Amino acid sequence: MSERVRGYALFATVALLLLVVAPLALPAFRLDELAKYLCLAIAALGIGLAWGQGGMLTLGQGVFFGLGGYAMGMYLKLHDAGGDLPDFMVWSGVERLPALWQPFGNPVVALAAVVLVPVAVAVLLGALVFRRRVRGAYFAILSQALAAAFVILLVGQQGLTGGTNGLTNFYDFFGRDPEAESTQRTMYFVVAGVLGVLYLLARQLVGSRFGRLLVAVRDGEDRVRFLGYDPALVKTVTFAISAGMAGLAGALFVPVVGIISPSLLGVVPSLELVVAVAVGGRYALAGAILGAVVMNYAKTSFSEEWAGGWLYLQGALFILVMTLAPKGAVGLYQQARDALARRRGASAAAVEKPGVAVKEEVPA
Amino acid sequence: MSEPPVRGAGRAEERAEAAMSEAETAGRAEAGARELLEIRGLQVVFDGFRAIDGVDLTVRQGELRFLIGPNGAGKTTLIDVITGLTRPSAGSVRFAGTELVGRKEHRIVRLGIGRTFQTSVVFEELTVVENLDLAATFRRPLWALLRRRRGVSDTVAEALETVGLTDLAERPAGVLSHGQRQWLEIGMLIAQRPRLLLLDEPVAGMSRQERERTGELLTTIAEDHTVVVVEHDMEFLRRYASQVTVLHEGRVLVEGDVAQVRADPRVQEVYLGRTAEEAA
Repeated sequence: MSERVRGYALFATVALLLLVVAPLALPAFRLDELAKYLCLAIAALGIGLAWGQGGMLTLGQGVFFGLGGYAMGMYLKLHDAGGDLPDFMVWSGVERLPALWQPFGNPVVALAAVVLVPVAVAVLLGALVFRRRVRGAYFAILSQALAAAFVILLVGQQGLTGGTNGLTNFYDFFGRDPEAESTQRTMYFVVAGVLGVLYLLARQLVGSRFGRLLVAVRDGEDRVRFLGYDPALVKTVTFAISAGMAGLAGALFVPVVGIISPSLLGVVPSLELVVAVAVGGRYALAGAILGAVVMNYAKTSFSEEWAGGWLYLQGALFILVMTLAPKGAVGLYQQARDALARRRGASAAAVEKPGVAVKEEVPA
Repeated sequence: MSEPPVRGAGRAEERAEAAMSEAETAGRAEAGARELLEIRGLQVVFDGFRAIDGVDLTVRQGELRFLIGPNGAGKTTLIDVITGLTRPSAGSVRFAGTELVGRKEHRIVRLGIGRTFQTSVVFEELTVVENLDLAATFRRPLWALLRRRRGVSDTVAEALETVGLTDLAERPAGVLSHGQRQWLEIGMLIAQRPRLLLLDEPVAGMSRQERERTGELLTTIAEDHTVVVVEHDMEFLRRYASQVTVLHEGRVLVEGDVAQVRADPRVQEVYLGRTAEEAA
């Protein structure tokens, strides 16, 4: 019970920091950056769910992030063009709006696609891959290959996707100027709110019977089959949820940063997000969020001081975490807390009733 | 392919008999004689090695059946085939009239067959009660699992009670001793409410005391379940078995009650004799 109260207290504190303190204390430019980190944290939350809870090391989350981002970008481009062709298509010599783009002129369709397209792709992939019992490193490699292929596709289809440049130069975001400070401020609150809601939903999921089942699938997929469950279904559902989160993150990223392009969603950004989740602590949802925000903040600050140095630091940090603290920052915190509680409990027991502390021992 | 001559002849008779008695005794308590599991002409070949070579086996409702045999006799393979883990190259396995060969593992569980493994696999990160709860809720649709568990269901409480782990209910399964893990597995099996329980060497690696408790547990469970036990331990067999099937080199060697089986010279030759020598 106290564990739960403490959880809510922590959530309330973080919410206060993000929704009140940060907007008051940070200059507009930094707040905008924080919004970007929070977008990535939404995708990281999905990785925490799929990898930390479900054991699916997904190295290609950028694909879903990109699908969501492009769905949003396509709508904004069409809206800006106002019935004409988007600018980059004109430059590429495209004469008619491609059929793929047609539905995205409708904001409702585009916003639905932000979540539904990544979910659909994940369900399809999951049904193919998990049913055939592809898992572990094979799944990880497959997901990474998918990210690589996706980037190649995007870059190759210049007229359809904007190629390497991606989609950018948006002038109107649902009736507002996306560059304006007030819009950026609103977007910050939207992103923080979405992250908060998704975090609570994910927490609910992890605490539910489904969450227990997911952990069971992670730790003993074959055993779960003999409990009458289909692990492939459990994994597909979880993978789809994490893909939906990444899609939403990508869509929010577009108005916040003003661009979606292949370099933001390839193999490297996908891996960076996984590294961030590992550093923060993959077994706790909060760890995934913490990792994404802190690592991206560190990346920005570090790159400002010493461009190129970040890569080394990031690699070193990842190796350190994997070898010394596989449960990440949150794991270290829990370890410290438990050690402290044990010492306090032991000394208290020693004072009150000597010998009671060993009662915990399991009877043979 | 080649039916063992010992069993071949009696088989059809027995089946006809069972069918008749079933028709006659429908509704009577004697309906316990109904065939629950029917294995016919089963063959499993691993890379040319015949792990199971034409096994016929019938387990009736309410029976406690022991499967014994020396190493490599095909006991575990037989369980693996029943539960869908291994595909046979020929033959059929029917459970309450439904063919099991070709079905997926979780589908077979859903038909009402539960099993344990030689090396117990419990979910160490989950508590004892969560392990049992997971076993008890598999019949619910997935969306019904999205809610948090509140308290302990009757099924789970009953299973906890039966296997004697009530005091450890809230501890993570990772802290359990080897014996306790086996009991938890058996508890999970009970919580599944299966019609047929398959236990693969439940007392392997257990201390004397643990064996005794497991034996008692087995007797309790057998009162209202159909149970098949694969076992290596002869002492355990003598104390708790009633019906025994002896497997040898992938075939059924003898079938009968404990006294019959122990008296059979062929069994003594391949199995008991050796154990007796070792014991002496």
